[in-house]
Amino acid sequence: MTYSDKVLDHYENPRNVGSFAQDEEGVATGMVGAPACGDVMKLQLKVGRDGLIEDARFKTYGCGSAIASSSLVTEWVKGKTLDEALAIKNSQIAEELALPPVKIHCSVLAEDAIRAAVADYRKKHEEQ
Amino acid sequence: MSVDFFLDYFALFGLPCRFGINEAELDRAWHALQTEVHPDRHARLSDSERRRAMQGALRVNEAYATLKEPLTRGQYLLELGGIDANAIRGAAMSSEFLVEQMEWREAIEEARAFGDVDALEQLALRLRMHTDEVTRLLAEQFDGSRDREAAADTVRRLMFLDKLRHEIDDGLAALDD
Repeated sequence: MTYSDKVLDHYENPRNVGSFAQDEEGVATGMVGAPACGDVMKLQLKVGRDGLIEDARFKTYGCGSAIASSSLVTEWVKGKTLDEALAIKNSQIAEELALPPVKIHCSVLAEDAIRAAVADYRKKHEEQ
Repeated sequence: MSVDFFLDYFALFGLPCRFGINEAELDRAWHALQTEVHPDRHARLSDSERRRAMQGALRVNEAYATLKEPLTRGQYLLELGGIDANAIRGAAMSSEFLVEQMEWREAIEEARAFGDVDALEQLALRLRMHTDEVTRLLAEQFDGSRDREAAADTVRRLMFLDKLRHEIDDGLAALDD
């Protein structure tokens, strides 16, 4: 299978790889996984006091498309509100990276990771 | 003798439709059926009969391969119950389980980066023991408590463990070169 140039670029130079400390102020974590391919993806958001996403980190074990999808998402969510981040759809990710039909599930995983991270943030901040 | 394509894989081999199977019985039933349906046994077949015999032999082998392995047997039992374990958006895995998966993958990655064959073999051993444990749990869920939702979750977990096994095998193969 051939990867698009954009997938290769994110795969070879992934943006924002790594982790924030779990207990750091404003940090939320979303973990997702796909049984069919065994991919696991962790997306962390750092939300500022103004409610905007200041920064993001990811760690993904999976194919090039899964890595590229999560790398792209960390770039896209920066500067957005949580609701704006939730509006990112897997179809936009797939289109940007020119993912072939068999790799659409990678973009679905990345979208679900945003949902999981936002849900984690809201859960933490409801409790306070 | 032709294969009844309407029978499910268990019925095809005359086995009860459950997760716990007698492997020796499965092997015997497979050999018997395979001999019966083998196209070469039927010299005087028309082309269409021969084609049908071939399809029957293929189905018998596919059924055997599916029932032989605990993971594919579990997936098949779910499928018979209308659950697709491969669904892109199936039920979400618990974050606790996903954190564990991340840790396994990090450990494999690290062992591979250091060229540490011993560490990879240790991981392979731990994974085998863990897989056996999860497979026993699955048997209880399918045949004991008959909790299909729980069984579906356990099958998905086994799918992740199968991926880990491939990752470790790939690592060992790479270090062997």
